[in-house]
Amino acid sequence: MTTLSAREALRLAKPLPPLPGLDESINLSIRGRSLWADARRRFLRNHAAVASLVILAIIVLLCAFGSVASPHAFDEPDFENMHAAPSAETAHWFGSDNLGRDLYVRTLLGGRISLMVGALGAVVAVLIGTLYGATAGFVGGKTDSVMMRLLEILASFPVMFLVILLMTFFGRELWLIFLAIGAVSWLDMARIVRGQTLSLKRKEFVEAAHVCGVSTFGIITRHIVPNVLGIVAVYATLLVPSMILFESFLSYLGLGVQEPMTSWGALLEQGAKSIEAAPWELAFPATFLVTTLFCFNFIGDGLRDALDPKDR
Amino acid sequence: MRTALFAAVLLAQIASNSLSAAEVPPGTKLHPIQEIVRGNGTEPATLDPNKAEGRPESNMAVELFEGLVTLNPDGQVIPGVAEKWESREDGRVWVFTLRRNAKWSDGSPVTAHDFEYSFKRMVDPKTASQYAWYLGKASNVKNGRAIVEGKVPPSELGIKALGEHTLEVTLEKPVSYLIATLAHGSLMPVPRKAIEKYGDKWTEPGKLVSNGPYKLAERVVNERIVLVRNPHYWANAKTVIDKVTFLPINNQSAEYQRYRANGIDMTADGGVPPEQLKQIRREIPNELATWPQLGTYCYVFNFRKKPFDDVRVRKALSLAIQREVIAEKLVGTGETAAYSFTPDSAQGYSPIVHDWQRWTQAQREAEARRLLAEAGYNKNRPLRFELLYNTNEGHKKIALAVAWMWRRIGPVEVVLVNQEWKTFLDSRNRGQFEVSRYAWIADYNEPSTMLDLFHSKHGNNDGKYNNPKYDAIMDRAKSTLDAGERTKLYQDAERILAQDFPTANIYHYSNRRLIKPWVKGYGRNPEGRVLTRDLYILAH
Amino acid sequence: MLKFIFRRVFLEALPTLLVLITVTFFLIRLAPGGPFSSEANVPPEVMAAIAAKYRLDQPVWQQYLGYLADLARGDFGPSFKYKDFSVNDLVYAAAPVSFRLGIMAFIVAMLIGISAGITAALKQNTWVDYAVMGVSMVGVVLPNFVLAPVLALVFAIWLKWLPAGGWEGGALAYVVLPVAVLCKHYISVIARITRGSMIEVLSSPFIRTARAKGLPMGYILRRHAMKPALLPVISYLGPAFVGIITGSVVVETFFGIPGIGQLFVNGALNRDYPMVLGLTILVGALTIFFNAVVDILYGFIDPRIRIH
Repeated sequence: MTTLSAREALRLAKPLPPLPGLDESINLSIRGRSLWADARRRFLRNHAAVASLVILAIIVLLCAFGSVASPHAFDEPDFENMHAAPSAETAHWFGSDNLGRDLYVRTLLGGRISLMVGALGAVVAVLIGTLYGATAGFVGGKTDSVMMRLLEILASFPVMFLVILLMTFFGRELWLIFLAIGAVSWLDMARIVRGQTLSLKRKEFVEAAHVCGVSTFGIITRHIVPNVLGIVAVYATLLVPSMILFESFLSYLGLGVQEPMTSWGALLEQGAKSIEAAPWELAFPATFLVTTLFCFNFIGDGLRDALDPKDR
Repeated sequence: MRTALFAAVLLAQIASNSLSAAEVPPGTKLHPIQEIVRGNGTEPATLDPNKAEGRPESNMAVELFEGLVTLNPDGQVIPGVAEKWESREDGRVWVFTLRRNAKWSDGSPVTAHDFEYSFKRMVDPKTASQYAWYLGKASNVKNGRAIVEGKVPPSELGIKALGEHTLEVTLEKPVSYLIATLAHGSLMPVPRKAIEKYGDKWTEPGKLVSNGPYKLAERVVNERIVLVRNPHYWANAKTVIDKVTFLPINNQSAEYQRYRANGIDMTADGGVPPEQLKQIRREIPNELATWPQLGTYCYVFNFRKKPFDDVRVRKALSLAIQREVIAEKLVGTGETAAYSFTPDSAQGYSPIVHDWQRWTQAQREAEARRLLAEAGYNKNRPLRFELLYNTNEGHKKIALAVAWMWRRIGPVEVVLVNQEWKTFLDSRNRGQFEVSRYAWIADYNEPSTMLDLFHSKHGNNDGKYNNPKYDAIMDRAKSTLDAGERTKLYQDAERILAQDFPTANIYHYSNRRLIKPWVKGYGRNPEGRVLTRDLYILAH
Repeated sequence: MLKFIFRRVFLEALPTLLVLITVTFFLIRLAPGGPFSSEANVPPEVMAAIAAKYRLDQPVWQQYLGYLADLARGDFGPSFKYKDFSVNDLVYAAAPVSFRLGIMAFIVAMLIGISAGITAALKQNTWVDYAVMGVSMVGVVLPNFVLAPVLALVFAIWLKWLPAGGWEGGALAYVVLPVAVLCKHYISVIARITRGSMIEVLSSPFIRTARAKGLPMGYILRRHAMKPALLPVISYLGPAFVGIITGSVVVETFFGIPGIGQLFVNGALNRDYPMVLGLTILVGALTIFFNAVVDILYGFIDPRIRIH
């Protein structure tokens, strides 16, 4: 972290982009504010990001505790009120589903698993994808070839069998959901990061670091990774929705969340079927999902700007 | 014995009165273009009737080909290529007389040799047909089982052409419902010349020769199969529809959208999306056609897993299910609550009412509570188990509702487990389940196709229910020729099932389709077949 | 270049494919449920006859060698599910359909996605930017299984402008809705990646220098900004192109299009081993091919990246 703080100090010193390759030496003489303090300051200046953070917090709290407010249980069918429209009278504020179960409670309940899947899946994808891609791109040569071919094999292997096999060998476990989602989501990320790395590694500051004797691992983590974070953040926000939807595919195969528990992906799939007859079944979970993703998106943008080593 | 013989002759007489062709009432205004587009569920695995596996295949088989017998729109057996038949030697030998004007689509005559070839081909292990067992087990044709087991060559099958137009079928033992089993989709004649010439490729358009009302014109896998009128079909003059296109759409909402956009005139069997039911009933109630089907939806208990070897547990769980709610509210397309395994509409069956069936739901639940307590389950020691079903929106809905009904009777904790179809089959066949969804659709219209499932030796007895008394009754029914006596035996069998509860029966299936108002001529065939041959299109 | 192609094909692509084939061949056989298991339990003798017909009675390694031998002759084997056809027949008929659909969707996605991304980047933090990003966010979130029925409902049932499904050899009217659904996701992703990387490039020193020199913006875009900004887009396009061709399952099933997406899913669900293997090889080959193309494009766009 001290490296970045030095870089930040450089940024304040002159308006031109820094030569991060010199970080190591400057580091000894200049002490700036910590990266985090500065990042926080910059993040808080970004109104969209802050507002998103607040909304996201509200959604998380709602998902965690909101169901207390409803008189309905998440798994209680009501055969007299199937596909009921939203109404304050029946206390089905979001309407009811094809078994007459309350959608307000179920939407909030579904949020728990989907938020977890989205967040954890993104973390896995970003971590593995970035490191893998950066390593392949930076080291290059045979290593790059082998790593990329491995990626091609993984990308071509039919996902469905992967999931079924996981289930056959490990049974139905919650962590398998994350493993399965993580396993497929980092592949494209790795390729994108590798592409970026290829062009970064010929940049002066990387060569300078090389000359200064920084280790390969050091260059990748300190110089390459921070510089690809921009594109990583963009792509990560795109991954979250696909992962949340992918979870419902896992449920189809028997992995994933089991009824009567639910997730936004499952609710969406259910809602899509009765889109004409009972549009609320799609509308409420979809609104929550879209809002959440917008929030993730703005927060991602804010974080990227706040943490970006380059001057804007 | 005499009754049986009489019945068979009578059947042939009644049958010959109805025509295997569209019966257009006089004065009907027909549409100038007689073409129809129908849904067919999924892409048929093959057009080779001998290798047919399920509905999509057998639907195509009966459009393209015609067997010895066929079904009229209401599902009664009527003569097909066979004009008449009689049984000899107390029902052990059956002789079929084929009509002389039956022809293949290439103009050559359909002969008894074609049937002999087809039936032998079907049981031949080299053909690798999934229904190879059918002639032996269901129809009891002589050597049928032994050939499948590889003990006897296929040439020894009890079927023989006694000339161009006479076919003799020899049985292991007399089976009075033989004729009903012969309407099966896999028992069509197949064109020997084409098969010998083209091998496995004989089912391609241009190579496939058929003897039914239609012949194959075009096939695009996963898009469509187009059939056109076969001018050589013996009752071609009575056929009205010139061209029929089958679409393999396995997504019900997709099929429904195309139906609404007038891209489809008749959806596949079961092609009524449950989510749209309200809208259908409101906007196009007259286009929803439902009638009873020979099939039962239930949950099977695994006798190898404790505590499901305890009849009290099985009975309690069965009593707790509110069948009417599920049949009428959750499914709601003409399904009926199932208390017995055999559907009421099966020919040769007469429904009985079990004691507990007369009770109110409250009484049933009280008894269920008592039974569970007696079996030793209480708050501290709840009955905990997994309910297995294959991934499907409808099955999920029912599983959720039943799990909730079970929880209502007390200390029951159910975990729902869904698996994708093949994994599910694997779990069920290997007995890796506690309670599982189970469904059976009749192969032919007779109670034995349903009740045989609980015979301890039946391959689909997945719960491994075993009651020697039950086996004895079913064995006796098989060789009982008197129809009335057989019905009584079937009733006895049902009574045993209603005491032992190998399954918790839920509902009897219905046939349900969306049919445009201008399509007429279909009946209420309990086996679900709607033959294009019987249809016609009104002017619209 | 020739040396590069030679190395890529013989030293990399073929071994990769062989590994993929081997892994897939053995792993899919471990999945529960066989190709011929069915609801009506088939007697063991019948099962044995079926297994013998499809060589499934041999030891697995022998099946594997047999498969490789067939493969070397270009024979992908019989389909276990669709008994009237070989895998070659089915893929040969289905691939052109998926390719046609995929290429159309891909072109639309690239044209709209890249121009929308650049526009948003140039107008960063204005309403234009927000609108583009908002729409594309919805595009990413809105699943195909929602969009397909909605479009069919509006355009086929309410307006009656277009058919609700079918392919009819790819006639224009039948292509519009599937392409629209298929390209939606890719438009959104491409737009967002383009915007992100364009913003990054526009703030880099060489562009600043160019602007300081007073060069017109259009010129800067074309001559300087375009190429580096498209780099991450291009690394996305490789996998995306394969995905768009082979992964249009929802679109194909909903609109009844006889492409390879349907074959793949049905193959996997039915445990049609040769079908799954054949399509996996196809997908693998396409993936390898387009990644190689992407690598060549890199060198073309950014001369500093040498093809090594």
